[in-house]
Amino acid sequence: MKLAKQAPQLQQPAEQAGQAMQIKQATVKRANRTGAPYTPGMLILELLMIALAVAFFFPLYITFVNGLKTYQEVVVSTVSLPHVFQFKNFGTVWKQINFLGVFINSLIVTVVSVGGILLISSAAAYQLVRRPGRISQIIFLAILSSLVIPFQTMMVPLVKVAKDMGLIDTLYGLIIMYWGFGIPLALFLYHGFIKSIPRELEEAAHIDGSGTAGVYFRILLPLLKPITTTIAILQALWIWNDFLLPLITLNAKENQTIPLAASVYFGQYTNEWHLAMAALTMAIIPIILFFLSMQRYIIQGITAGAVKG
Amino acid sequence: MSKTKARHMAAYTAFVAPAVLFFILIIVIPFFRAILFSFQDWNGISSHIRWAGWSNYTKLMHDSGFGKSFVFTFKYVIATTILLNVLGLLLALVLNMALRTKNVLRTAFFLPYVIGPVIIGFIWQFIITGLFPEIGKATGLALFQKNWLSLPDHSFWSLVIVTVWHSAGYFMVIYLAALQGVPKDLLEAAEMDGAGRYLRFWHVLLPLIRPAMTINLFLAISNGFKAFDLNFALTRGGPFGTTESLAYHIYLDAFAKNLFTYASAKAVVFFLVLASITLVQVAAMKRREVEL
Repeated sequence: MKLAKQAPQLQQPAEQAGQAMQIKQATVKRANRTGAPYTPGMLILELLMIALAVAFFFPLYITFVNGLKTYQEVVVSTVSLPHVFQFKNFGTVWKQINFLGVFINSLIVTVVSVGGILLISSAAAYQLVRRPGRISQIIFLAILSSLVIPFQTMMVPLVKVAKDMGLIDTLYGLIIMYWGFGIPLALFLYHGFIKSIPRELEEAAHIDGSGTAGVYFRILLPLLKPITTTIAILQALWIWNDFLLPLITLNAKENQTIPLAASVYFGQYTNEWHLAMAALTMAIIPIILFFLSMQRYIIQGITAGAVKG
Repeated sequence: MSKTKARHMAAYTAFVAPAVLFFILIIVIPFFRAILFSFQDWNGISSHIRWAGWSNYTKLMHDSGFGKSFVFTFKYVIATTILLNVLGLLLALVLNMALRTKNVLRTAFFLPYVIGPVIIGFIWQFIITGLFPEIGKATGLALFQKNWLSLPDHSFWSLVIVTVWHSAGYFMVIYLAALQGVPKDLLEAAEMDGAGRYLRFWHVLLPLIRPAMTINLFLAISNGFKAFDLNFALTRGGPFGTTESLAYHIYLDAFAKNLFTYASAKAVVFFLVLASITLVQVAAMKRREVEL
């Protein structure tokens, strides 16, 4: 066991975890507010963690601050603050990589891909669960087992297949590919969730004369909301950040997504670091804003997704 | 066939068909095509595709570049799996305590994970080539005066460090969720029975969060094997191809050297290795999980 070697390191926090458990057990909420059981040891630990968090954040600080400098200032020192904030770097990058255009591309691809994945997988999972049988079983297992295939195994022929079907270098082609790659995990998560929903409501609606589509849209979709949020977030993060699939399927500049467009500053011969850092700052800001506004759901989604997956 | 049964069949087909269609189009066809390709010889351009039998496979057994990328990937997977799980668990244990800033700290450690790895790779390329020499000059530390991306060992550890910086928060979140599910009375009972902190950790806490460990080891292993973006953005596989991950190596063969069929054989081997390792890992660990 590799972990056994780490025992001495793990021991100490474990001790403190033990203490914390007792404290929490006593008065979970009050303890945090009044700080009554807050020992000096905890304070030291807290300060250490804050220092670590600051160090963790440092690479992002370096990115932001150097995007606001002139090229000369970047070369002289990466740590120091700029004399005058060069907001015009952002304007230059905006024009050079057509930021608005690639941002809209990223947005369209992510939204339409995720929307399609949610709709297609929830519909399929619904029927596969509610009409069990050999066919449903085979379809479910086949799709599920594809989760162990790494993308790199399929990517070589995928480019050829996509080319034959006219899906190369178009946004809709990219979206269709994300549908294909996104469906297995989404279907698996929906399948597990739907199995745990009692079918009485659906049956009642059927007796009242609703068809399959009516039950799906009016009864099932609202019930699926929690798992839909989870899947939507997992898939949105993946698709927004994905690099390899756009790299091998998109060529034209007007089709690029953000990660692809930002990479032009890191070619072999360009080292306009001030512009590169401004470009990275612009690439990071949307996803950080998304994360901060959806934080609770993202953490929940990742926890739920990981436990099921 | 009765009318209702036909209606049911039609509804079933309408609901299931789109998923099956896209699954076949985007996954099944390319996957079997990859297997087919691996027994063929094709340059990507000519209309004639030649059969090659096992020759791609025999050739790749003597391909030193492929072997090197295998060794690199194994080392990378082992290093990142250990570090991500140890650090993720440590962070989770500490941030599961009643620290006053624990919510802010959780956010701070998780934050890098939402940024795409290719962007992360570019950021660190700048940090390593721009900031590190500056730290070296200011502190006189020889470690930072070297050009990390031009030295094989340093460039390996650069990738490991950046991976850990990027994903530790993700592993922390999953361990945190598991820790919060541990019933307090069990730990208390162990304490009453005289179990010290060390025993409580190894014999009560750790077994109870083993499902999270199964998942986290699986994620670390499979993400490690599939690593591409960082190798592309941070090191470009260099220096001298020493940090060419399997995924990046296959990408270069296919799209830089146009060796489609040869790359497919490598991709099939890659699939077999990854699938068997992760299946064995999950099966072995599932057996050791404790049901409450």
